[in-house]
Amino acid sequence: MSEKVLMKGNEALAEAAIMAGCHHYFGYPITPQTEVAAYMAKRMPKIDGGVFLQAESEIAAINMVIGVAATGKRVMTSSSSPGISLKSEGLSYLAGCDLPALVVNVQRGGPGLGGIQPSQSDYFQATRGAGHGDFHTLVLAPNSVQEMVDMVFKGFDLAEKYRIPAMILSDGTMGQMMEPVSLDMGEIKEYDKSWALTGTKGERKPNIVNSLFLEASELEKFNFERFERYKQIEENEAMYEEYRMEDAEICVVAFGVASRVSQNAIDEARKQGIKVGMIRPITLWPFPKKVLNAAADKVKAFISVELSMGQMIEDIELAIRCKKPVELCNRVGGMIPSTAEVLEKIKEVNGGVK
Amino acid sequence: MVVFEKPKALTDAPLHYCPGCTHGIIHRLVAEAIDELGIQGKTIGVASVGCSVFTYNYFNCDMVQAAHGRAPAVATGVKRSDKNNIVFTYQGDGDLAAIGTAETVHSAARGENITVIFVNNAIYGMTGGQMAPTTLPGQVTQTSPYGRDTEAVGFPVKVCEMLSKVDGATYLERVAVNNVANVKKAKKAIKKAFQNQIEGKGFSLVEVLSTCPTNWGMAPDKSLKWLEENMIPYYPLGVYKDKFAKEEE
Amino acid sequence: MTTQILIAGFGGQGILFSGKFLAYEGLIEDKNVSWLPSYGPEMRGGTASCSVILSNEKIGSPIIDKPDVLVAMNLPSLDKYEDSTIENGHIFVDSSLISREVKRTDVNVHYIPATKMASDEGLTGLANMILVGYIIKKTGVISIENLEAGLKKVVSARKQDLFDLNKKAIELGYNYEK
Repeated sequence: MSEKVLMKGNEALAEAAIMAGCHHYFGYPITPQTEVAAYMAKRMPKIDGGVFLQAESEIAAINMVIGVAATGKRVMTSSSSPGISLKSEGLSYLAGCDLPALVVNVQRGGPGLGGIQPSQSDYFQATRGAGHGDFHTLVLAPNSVQEMVDMVFKGFDLAEKYRIPAMILSDGTMGQMMEPVSLDMGEIKEYDKSWALTGTKGERKPNIVNSLFLEASELEKFNFERFERYKQIEENEAMYEEYRMEDAEICVVAFGVASRVSQNAIDEARKQGIKVGMIRPITLWPFPKKVLNAAADKVKAFISVELSMGQMIEDIELAIRCKKPVELCNRVGGMIPSTAEVLEKIKEVNGGVK
Repeated sequence: MVVFEKPKALTDAPLHYCPGCTHGIIHRLVAEAIDELGIQGKTIGVASVGCSVFTYNYFNCDMVQAAHGRAPAVATGVKRSDKNNIVFTYQGDGDLAAIGTAETVHSAARGENITVIFVNNAIYGMTGGQMAPTTLPGQVTQTSPYGRDTEAVGFPVKVCEMLSKVDGATYLERVAVNNVANVKKAKKAIKKAFQNQIEGKGFSLVEVLSTCPTNWGMAPDKSLKWLEENMIPYYPLGVYKDKFAKEEE
Repeated sequence: MTTQILIAGFGGQGILFSGKFLAYEGLIEDKNVSWLPSYGPEMRGGTASCSVILSNEKIGSPIIDKPDVLVAMNLPSLDKYEDSTIENGHIFVDSSLISREVKRTDVNVHYIPATKMASDEGLTGLANMILVGYIIKKTGVISIENLEAGLKKVVSARKQDLFDLNKKAIELGYNYEK
């Protein structure tokens, strides 16, 4: 299926999940991600063994996900910000049980009930492990409908490879927009699933999926082991894209819709002779620290463009060891910085670093 | 000659339960049902939070440990992953009737084809004896030190009665394990709850009235008596719903 | 070459549909395209808008701050977006629904009584596509040649009658002379 079709981000994501072998979906309605559930409701019954279930709550939905994940099958749930808060309990259990699963957050403005317009203010929640305990969720941030598709595929693959929950951190814009997309995703890799609950069939010892260890030293051992895997992920799986960075003196850092706006502003600034480029994190955890730290030796300043009060900016500062100033350019509450606003910030920073 | 044997569906792990606690009996009844139905190899159990949190060490089948109250949701996922799996949850009263009420009611409403073993001992045991949703009026616990005051904290939740009004539920029975006759009835009910699932009949829940000598502050024999004199009158034993009863007659 | 088209009006006027048609036409012509609706409660009866970008280059923001082409299908939309339209851009006005004239003098203004034409020609509800035809004629942003191919993408093959009506509406707009 290499012919490109126009699809809404949310629907492309849902179709991609099905094509990636995810035949179980559990969800709960919340704007602006409801299309994912609606799409699954339509498609799943037409697939052999396909299950769509609207759960009684976000909490129940993520626990149903845990149930399927424990049997070793690909499974997904999606929600928007307030719903992800409710799911954070389940995310902690997924991590504690070392279960792969894909959770999608089509972010909206917060805190509280917030609004329904696009936001990136769940950055901390997503990248710090949404839930109690020491853990991480692999966080992927698509910035196009095509990437919504690609990240679903990638998310399932990495989740199974490292046995961790993966999250797609999207926003209302990515979910609602249509762009041409190819659903050609290549082969699905198979990973060892001898841990899965499939019934012993009288042929093996029981498998136990569990996160409880009352013996402190044992729990510590499991945490250490998990963080060894996290280290490998940080080493091998950080993804990013560079845009016009060859001779850049200012580096914009932005993901998702903010990176799309920033691209326009950078093109405009270049026309005006300002040497500016962008590093766009595609994975937010692992955060592409190395490339940013290397850039810090070349550029004079960074600008973090975010739809939050400044969350990713902390990761940038950490990544570059505060070697260079990092300025914030942001709008919140469902507002998106305009090209002109980002351009203005670039000019301001350019004036300051001369 | 009958030689005493441990059911195959139980592991060799020594139970951690307090002396006189009836969890052990209920574990055995569940394991016997699994053995007799020959389903050990395709049974997947869901452990809950509370005293029964370690059931994954005791049942000799695949097990997943669920968050507090979420066992029926996890069981829904396991069952829907492969309908050939025989899926049961083993939950206490705090887990099933307080923090997990929504999951309980809605898995019943959906008619999820699972088996729920609900152990009601009218107290939170694992955390040291606090008031449960099923603590009786006037009953003293750590968090109702002057006795459960229904004016202030309301009344106990009668799970079987409540679920009997849920159309999706198939089979609901309340039993007790305070004497031999009742244990036999409990065994029959538990086996039926699994049999229903094998036959694809839907949501079955067996509520087992159980004791907690430690947190009730009584000797085991006194506990059994207290159960009989206090719990059974408030939580009458019997079948609360059996959708397929007529068919079988 | 990048063209940013903002179509705005009431919910129910087929704003999103006409945008989708334009996006598909762009795709057929091997352009990069993006389509972004306004979403939320305003979809139900309030103002609705749709941003369509057609470009030979990789598209940056799907959000249109300064449209090259503004299509106003009600007065609030003209009031809201007139000032942001780019200099020398195009403003299309459904003159059967908007009584005032465009104040800007540095843009190309095109009036067409699309809603009236639609009801006169038995094309009720297709004022949006009449406007699309007129846009094609006046801006050349896409070619009229691929009309049928594009329509096939947005109208189900089983609904031949709808296909014909949409085609008729686009052609009506395309051939409109004052």
